[in-house]
Amino acid sequence: MTTKIVIGLDGTETGERAIAFAKDLASRIGTCELLVVYVIEWSPFTFQTPEENALRHKRREEEVELATNRIVTPAVEALTADGYTVHGIVRHGDVAETLNAITVENGGTQIIVGRASADGFKKRLFGSSTQNLVMHADVPVTVVN
Amino acid sequence: MTMFKHLWLAAIAALLAAPAMAQEAPGLDDKINQAFADFTGPFVSFIFAPFPGTGFPWIVGWLVVAATVFTLYFAFVQLRFFGHAISLVKGDYSDPNDAGEVSHFQALATALSGTVGLGNIAGVAVAVGIGGPGATFWMIVAGLLGMASKFTECTLGVKYRNEYEDGTVSGGPMYYMSKGFDELGLPGGKILAVLFSIFCILGALGGGNMFQANQAHQQIAGITGDYPGWITGLVFAGIVFAVIVGGLKSIARVTEKVVPFMGVMYVAAALVIIIMNADQIGWAFGQIFAGAFTGLGVAGGMVGALIQGFRRAAFSNEAGVGSAAIAHSAVRTKEPITEGFVSLLEPFIDTVVICTMTALVIIITQQLIVDPETGKYMLNEAGNAIATVDGNSGVSLTSAAFGSAFNWFPYVLAIAVVLFAFSTMISWSYYGLKAWTYLFGEGHTKELVFKVIFCIFVVIGAAANLGPVIDFSDAAIFAMAVVNVFALYFLMKVVREELASYASRLKSGEIRKFEH
Repeated sequence: MTTKIVIGLDGTETGERAIAFAKDLASRIGTCELLVVYVIEWSPFTFQTPEENALRHKRREEEVELATNRIVTPAVEALTADGYTVHGIVRHGDVAETLNAITVENGGTQIIVGRASADGFKKRLFGSSTQNLVMHADVPVTVVN
Repeated sequence: MTMFKHLWLAAIAALLAAPAMAQEAPGLDDKINQAFADFTGPFVSFIFAPFPGTGFPWIVGWLVVAATVFTLYFAFVQLRFFGHAISLVKGDYSDPNDAGEVSHFQALATALSGTVGLGNIAGVAVAVGIGGPGATFWMIVAGLLGMASKFTECTLGVKYRNEYEDGTVSGGPMYYMSKGFDELGLPGGKILAVLFSIFCILGALGGGNMFQANQAHQQIAGITGDYPGWITGLVFAGIVFAVIVGGLKSIARVTEKVVPFMGVMYVAAALVIIIMNADQIGWAFGQIFAGAFTGLGVAGGMVGALIQGFRRAAFSNEAGVGSAAIAHSAVRTKEPITEGFVSLLEPFIDTVVICTMTALVIIITQQLIVDPETGKYMLNEAGNAIATVDGNSGVSLTSAAFGSAFNWFPYVLAIAVVLFAFSTMISWSYYGLKAWTYLFGEGHTKELVFKVIFCIFVVIGAAANLGPVIDFSDAAIFAMAVVNVFALYFLMKVVREELASYASRLKSGEIRKFEH
């Protein structure tokens, strides 16, 4: 059975460290598939103006395109060049919940993420996405420093 | 179309010129107002004309009859699918792969911020002040029936919207009138759509703009002391301009976040007052039921209570007017009818919950004076409304009722009114714009023309005492309902087919909840 490792990227250099760790782990495991995921933070319960609603579909497409082109595709291409089997996914949602959901959907066995960058007041109040992921994920989570 | 365009631009120019001239030459105020009133009077009188021998405006009857017809035609859809509507708003049926699109919750919240406003605060006080507690009962009945009207128009709004190649959407009654009528092979859809768009633009500039600016200024002036309205107007116009022309989303976002908070706070304060007077809840409901069928001495008796209740509900939740269909069309769903289910919560929240809270607080804090001997309400000196403790009416009656429990609340209420007015303006600027682009076509310059006109009307609305113009604008909003309901009668069978198909697939398990 192929082991599937999910790598959660956040567009910062911590993602690079997560990728490096995943590569190391994958080469030790042998038959291994990597899934590179970028979650665009989004909530269905925010308040928007009518005009924002009308433009939402267009904005969503732009956000997905941007994240795919800037973050996910370069990572997938680099990993493929190194000989790994890799897929990429970009999705909107709550970062921790969505990363976990994608992992479960795709039969992932563990999640690797970089340590979250500091985010001031919000982080103190609600905890970071990484903390939430560690607390609630259905599979083991590795946080790379 | 060119001829029509000229006529329309001339009408705009006339609307712009009349109040502007009135400002420059105060001596001419009355004459110009009178001229405008004479010009628009027949239209206003026609829209608000009562049925012969009663004080019941036929337009209110038109909306209530429509709501009743839709309720029966869709076999009480508002009761059968109420729970399902809440599940949809919670996102239980939302595909995670569609995350990032406009959610049902967002479409509902956006539409609500356009309807929750002065009608819920001042309008209810007027209804209870004239019609007595019994008006509350009829207001709730009309609110419950209105849910079926919203369901019908919003389903059609999504079904017949235009989706453009760049991913943006435009929808609303003008689109279901033209496309829906064509699809059914019925003539006249385009004419209805053009008529609706004209009334929608006028309603947006009037009731959705000038009236709001005017009331916001009254509230601010009531706290700070009187000062010229054009100052408020310029500030408001500046902010509206920054949002709708400058694309300054941050202001709109702050308002869109603060307005729901204000709404929740308003309901919470009302609940606290009601709980503080828990021993009187039974009595208050007794008054509401007794008043609904006997009148309890109010002017016009039971019929008076009924007229006021129905009228206020219709004016407050806009069910049947068609405005919500524009707001709800932006949602991205494979099933147009799901947006119809969600939209039926709107009159429930607006009228059945918020308006009832206002009414209960006014009744329970005993702002209305009862004759201790007869147990009936006493009329004021003019004999046209119930006497109140401090002689208050309208927004000041609501303010006094809340203020009797929390002396700081009138200030919060004033802020809430200003914010509600602002969010209503933002919503209506969009409704007006969609009607405008339907008539003149999409395009940056064309849209800019409307947005600038909209901002100019903010200043005029806040600055001038424009009784006739506001009457005309209100009439335009209800004229939207005349055209819209007429079209809905022809298109409701389309909604029934959608409903039957969806209900059977829901029952068979083909449509099911997603695990989140």
